[in-house]
Amino acid sequence: MKFLRKQIDKVKPLFEKGGKYEKFGPAFGGFETFLYVPNHTTKKGAHIRDGVDLKRVMMIVVLALLPALIFGTWNIGYQNMGEGHSFWEYFSFGGIRILPMIIISYGVGLGIEFVYAIFRGHSVNEGYLVTGLLIPLIMPIDMPLWMLTVSVVFAVIIGKEAFGGTGMNILNPALVARAFALFSYAPFMSGNTVWVADSVADGVSGETVLGTLGANNMPSTSVYDMFMGFMPGSIGETSVLMILLGAAFLLFTGIASWRIMLSSLIGASLMGFIFNLIGSETNALFNFPWWQHLLVGGFAFGIVFMATDPVTAAQTTKGKWIYGFLIGVFAILIRVINPTLPEGMMMAILLMNVFAPTIDHYVIESNIKKRKKRLQKVKA
Amino acid sequence: MSKDIKIKNGLTIKLKGKAQQKLSSVSRSNTYVIKPSNFYGIIPKMTVKVGEKVQVGDVVFYAKHNDQIKFTSPVSGVIKEIIRGAKRKILSIEITADVKDTYKDFGAKELNNLTAPQVKELLLQSGCWAYIKQRPYNIIANPDEQPKAIFISAYATAPLAANIDFTLSGRENEFQAGIDVLSKLTEGKVHLSVNSKISSFLNEVQGVSIHKVSGKHPAGNVGVQISKVDPVNVGERVWVVQPQDVAIIGKLFLTGKNDPTKIIAIGGSQVEDPQYYTVIQGAQIKDIVKDKLVDEKNRIISGNPLTGDAVVANDPIGFYDDLITVLPEGDHYSFFGWMPFFGNDKFSMSRTFFSFLTPNKEYKLDTNLNGEDRAMVVTGEMEKVMPIDIYPMQLLKATLVGDIEKMENLGIYEVAPEDFALIDYVSSSKIEAQDIIRQGIDLMIKEVG
Repeated sequence: MKFLRKQIDKVKPLFEKGGKYEKFGPAFGGFETFLYVPNHTTKKGAHIRDGVDLKRVMMIVVLALLPALIFGTWNIGYQNMGEGHSFWEYFSFGGIRILPMIIISYGVGLGIEFVYAIFRGHSVNEGYLVTGLLIPLIMPIDMPLWMLTVSVVFAVIIGKEAFGGTGMNILNPALVARAFALFSYAPFMSGNTVWVADSVADGVSGETVLGTLGANNMPSTSVYDMFMGFMPGSIGETSVLMILLGAAFLLFTGIASWRIMLSSLIGASLMGFIFNLIGSETNALFNFPWWQHLLVGGFAFGIVFMATDPVTAAQTTKGKWIYGFLIGVFAILIRVINPTLPEGMMMAILLMNVFAPTIDHYVIESNIKKRKKRLQKVKA
Repeated sequence: MSKDIKIKNGLTIKLKGKAQQKLSSVSRSNTYVIKPSNFYGIIPKMTVKVGEKVQVGDVVFYAKHNDQIKFTSPVSGVIKEIIRGAKRKILSIEITADVKDTYKDFGAKELNNLTAPQVKELLLQSGCWAYIKQRPYNIIANPDEQPKAIFISAYATAPLAANIDFTLSGRENEFQAGIDVLSKLTEGKVHLSVNSKISSFLNEVQGVSIHKVSGKHPAGNVGVQISKVDPVNVGERVWVVQPQDVAIIGKLFLTGKNDPTKIIAIGGSQVEDPQYYTVIQGAQIKDIVKDKLVDEKNRIISGNPLTGDAVVANDPIGFYDDLITVLPEGDHYSFFGWMPFFGNDKFSMSRTFFSFLTPNKEYKLDTNLNGEDRAMVVTGEMEKVMPIDIYPMQLLKATLVGDIEKMENLGIYEVAPEDFALIDYVSSSKIEAQDIIRQGIDLMIKEVG
């Protein structure tokens, strides 16, 4: 690797201050620091530092997404072709459909990030490594690629860069992409035909569990299939098992907040349970067992990979409990009561993204009050 | 009344090169140095000129903002040079030492006969006042103020920290005398925190309320202990003194001499035989570490690796430090160094390395930043290492924008930069938390006082 390092060091001065391509310094830095963790040493503060950095954190999340991605790719083939084919047949059928989506998502998104870095003169941030993979995983497989492109452009520019980039955004960029797509191209984002590749041409029924319930029918999908993910849906969301694998990895490494995951689970279970108690003759969703709510739709994927995004979630420990709980409550509430949206997870998370700073504000106020009370006690 | 302090939030970092418990003496140097920047916020006014003779305990300079606070010579000799920087700022004062020290005699005292103002006066005259710092702000205490309590932390938890029982051994009487002196200065209590795990003479010290401390670093930080026992409110003052400095103060009253000799540890992976040494305050780094280091590109730190200052050969050991750490510089590239579960020679709070499998391993860490600075993204990591009841990220943000009211509300008075040292360490965005808090405290001193 010394040869590569030498080559980089040779061209590096061109991109440094006073160099010929100084303007492209941030882009060069983006590539260089991808290959090598730089030789920066501590200049002030603690002289030694933890080995972890944002690249490592983001890569952990990408690794956690892989089980869902691999299963999702397989499931694309399985849903279209039905029983009786080999693993590789399913997988390659899915692969040639999902690969272009991933390439477009990363290509377009990172392209914009690099352009922003060059014009703003800041370094390229790692946040998009995760967002870029999340976006294809929460889209329907039949989505035209140009729509994906437009959604990514919107999400990165309006959802993130407009606020100042990773760390400053209010809304989860991947969900901004999905929300944009849903409201702009509703026919391609909902209904019974988009969740299975080429379903119309191949005459495959592509109804999701929540779609069936929305039409006031009880779904025929078995609980086993729901848990394993053998059903139509967004690419990454169907297999609870694979998502749990990712969740276990995130929790074990200490990257994602277990508080948010657990409290969302509690909130959703409670809400589903209440609806079960109420019951309804005209809305099958009321009667759908509360624990099965946790297995279908984007709920599992949402609480593990979306709600836990530290930038857009509540930042205080207590705040995380409240934030997660309310996501669970709203996800099921929107799912069951709102007739226009079969799934409530996206809306619930976006809504709580907006309220996260408010939650934090009140949590911090209580700390401030405690401090003031202590002072009064001393004065008294 | 004593209170046990158990600290859950924190991180103990185990480093290679912890000092063995044996004591040698650093041979006497030709030159000793006083560096005014060791005393935070002090602008020196010189009282001696180049070529003038001084004894141990003779005043060299006093503080511009308060001429009662004096700084005295650690050795007897001749003022060799006053080194100035830009705008004639005094950077350091070099003293050519005599072969043997002669001391200015302040007269041994019978403490029972002294009043608080007399105690104060002797501390100020002898230069020992500089050992007394105040919270908030962690600056030298104002002699005109009354502290609500005095805290001494005799349990060091920082990486490679000197063992206080060892550095105090043989000076038990002086330490007790120092405690008696300090208790004259406050109407409140003198608090002494000790390691709950070991039995030591410290548990038998009279006239203090003893707190048994256990838990991860920063359990030994005096600021953490204050926050658990008697937190600082707006307008209040708490004084803090370090254990060896208590003994030096004690010796002053017992013998009438300000003898600034202390025991320090020299540790870190680049030290060949890490152990303890007796040095005189102001000894130069080059004399202290001579022939003791591995011959590589090293960083010498006066203090511990989390809060200490990088020093060069001619600098003195820090006035408040009892440790010199030597670590390898980390100015190297690492190919795909961000790949999870690779590069397991690094220590991390997160489990993104396999190093979590070996919690008791001692690490050889270098000074590489292990990443680049970024906006704050990951939440919760700061809270994991912050045992004080504050919201560290919010306080840092309030400080960054200089919102004084918010800083006050969020507890800036309860913290010192050292309490944020672990945040420097764990931050995945490589936030310079100590630096931010230091600037915040500067702002508070300027605006609020």
